[in-house]
Parts: sequence; C-alpha cells; structure tokens
Amino acid sequence: MKLFYDFHLHSCLSPCGDNEMTPYNLVNMAKLGGLDTIALTDHNTCLNCPAALKVGKKAGITVVPGMELCTSEEVHMICLLPDLERALDFSAYVAERMPAIKNRPDIFGDQFIMDAQDRVTGHHEQLLMAASSISISHVVKTLASFGGVCYPAHIDRPSYSVLSNLGSITPEMGFGAVELTAAADLADLFKQHPILEAMFIVKGSDAHRLMDIGDARHTIDLKKNDAESVVDFFNKLLGENPQS
Amino acid sequence: MTVKELATKLDLHFLCGEEQADRPVTGCYCGDLLSWVMSRAKEGDAWLTVMGNINSVGVAVLADIACIVLTENAPFDLPALERARQNRVVVLQAQKNTYEIAAAIANLFG
Repeated sequence: MKLFYDFHLHSCLSPCGDNEMTPYNLVNMAKLGGLDTIALTDHNTCLNCPAALKVGKKAGITVVPGMELCTSEEVHMICLLPDLERALDFSAYVAERMPAIKNRPDIFGDQFIMDAQDRVTGHHEQLLMAASSISISHVVKTLASFGGVCYPAHIDRPSYSVLSNLGSITPEMGFGAVELTAAADLADLFKQHPILEAMFIVKGSDAHRLMDIGDARHTIDLKKNDAESVVDFFNKLLGENPQS
Repeated sequence: MTVKELATKLDLHFLCGEEQADRPVTGCYCGDLLSWVMSRAKEGDAWLTVMGNINSVGVAVLADIACIVLTENAPFDLPALERARQNRVVVLQAQKNTYEIAAAIANLFG
C-alpha cells in the first residue's frame, strides 16, 4: 500500500525544536496534514517517542520511533527502530556515547521530555546538540544490532551532512537510502555522486516547527502500515545493494 | 593583547561585536568539528574555524572564547549573526587560511 510519510520530525526535546512541537501537537498536525506514517527523530535521543507513539495510536497514524543521530564526524543520520523497547535501548546506548556537557537552555534551547498529554515530565540535562562517539563507518551495523536501520540525513545541506563533512558517499558506508531536502537539485546530485542513482531517495521535512511538518506528497510502498514494515522496507534496500 | 589589537595586526574584519573588542585574547584554538571544539577550546581563546552557523555561536558562548575568526572568508549566515549579536559574541573574518592566521597569532604571542 502507498502511504504518505515524513520520517524526519523534531519535538521540543530537541534543543532547536520549537516548544510547540509537543508529542500531541506534532502527531496530530501530521495526521491533519494527511500523513499515514511519520517518525519522531529528535537529536540523539528517543525519549519523547513513548509519548508520540501513544498519541499516534489514539490518532490512528503510525509513529516510528526514531532518532537523528550525530556521528563522530558530525554527520546526521536518520535512525528508525522497529519498536519502542529497542528504540529506548538504542537511546540509552547513544546517551553513554555523548559528551558529558550540560545543556544551557539560554543558548541552545529547552530539552523537554513529555507524556502523551503534553505534560513536562523532565528536562534532558545532557546537551543533545553534540556529536556521539559513534563513527559513520560503524553506524549501519550498530543500528542493525538494535533491529533498526539508518540513512544519512539532508545530504544536500551545507552542514551536518555526509557530503558537506566527508565529501562523498562510498560503498563501504553501506547505505541503501539517503534523505534529501525539498530544495535538492536531484539531477545535479546524481551527476556529482553517481552512487546515488542506485539508492532510495527519502524526502524528509526536518520540521522543527509545526508549520514545517511535511504535507501528504511523498509516498512509500509498504506491506503494512506499522513501524516494523518501515524498518523492513529500508532493510531490504541494504540487501539489494551488493556492495554493502 | 585585546581582540581589537589582534584584528588590527592580522587585518581581520569585524562582522559583529566590535564593542566587546577590548577583551583580552589569551590563546588560540583551531577546529571545525563543533563537538570537538566545545569540550577543548579554552576561555579567552581566539577560535579559528570555517564553521559559520548558529551552533558555532552556541559553542563560542559555552566555551567562553574571546572571538570567532572565520578564516578564508568563510560565510556566517544570518541566523548566526543575529544570535551572535544577542549573545555579544565577537565574530571576525580573515582572508587568510587557518594555518596562516594561527601561525601569525603564534608569532604575536612570541
């Protein structure tokens, strides 16, 4: 079945995420926009996923537990997990690999942890706007060990992207998909990086504000509308790439 | 040596924070990976980088460096400029590359 998706959304737990991006608001806004399946991908944490998944269940929209991981090379990766339990295990794994720097909300913004009713249940003390010690050369395998998948985020952006920081995508990285921004020039990217022609192109909104959440435009063909099927879809792309 | 003296001697151009330029520069740090800089740059350093986005300003405040020096005329985007003004961060631009500016600073410190 063809489903409208947006797999790159930030909540108010991301320091740069608008404080109105509460789990309840963002999931229901996505539902109103006609999306069938979304992923919550806060920077280096899955701790607002329990609330978002709960809201999603009630609203009738699939919420894939996810994360926008910052690798040690400061390359952002969209990570998608098949269920909440494994997402929280992965989140704990990443937390141990983040620098011990406290957030300064006055500089970077608040990091609110919320429940499904948008009540603040905690503040994430450790700064999420930093790089983990996980290298891009291990990230695909690391995700696989948690039953998840990952692909590089906004590769056409001038910062925090695999192309801006490392110059190219190599077969050894083992990616089957890449995310582009809405503004990406596909023909130019294919010309400069022919490796992309064999990859699945994901369009993510990278919304930090409610108004930026993607509308029902990009579809993905899934067997079932659930998180496991989303992860399966991206896993199969890895299998089809003989070089990975 | 103050930020202002550094700017004059090395022909650096102020993007913002000229009114804070009396602050002394006590050292220098070079790096473009923000997470790396965040935990290693020292208070009072002149920080040489080509990374001119909003997070660079956050790192500058957190590490309490004396000034950001964007080498090779690396761009500083508008949200970054606004944030730097709010947080009174001094931002300078240099035509020369990081190596050349760092070497010149080392010379000045003698």
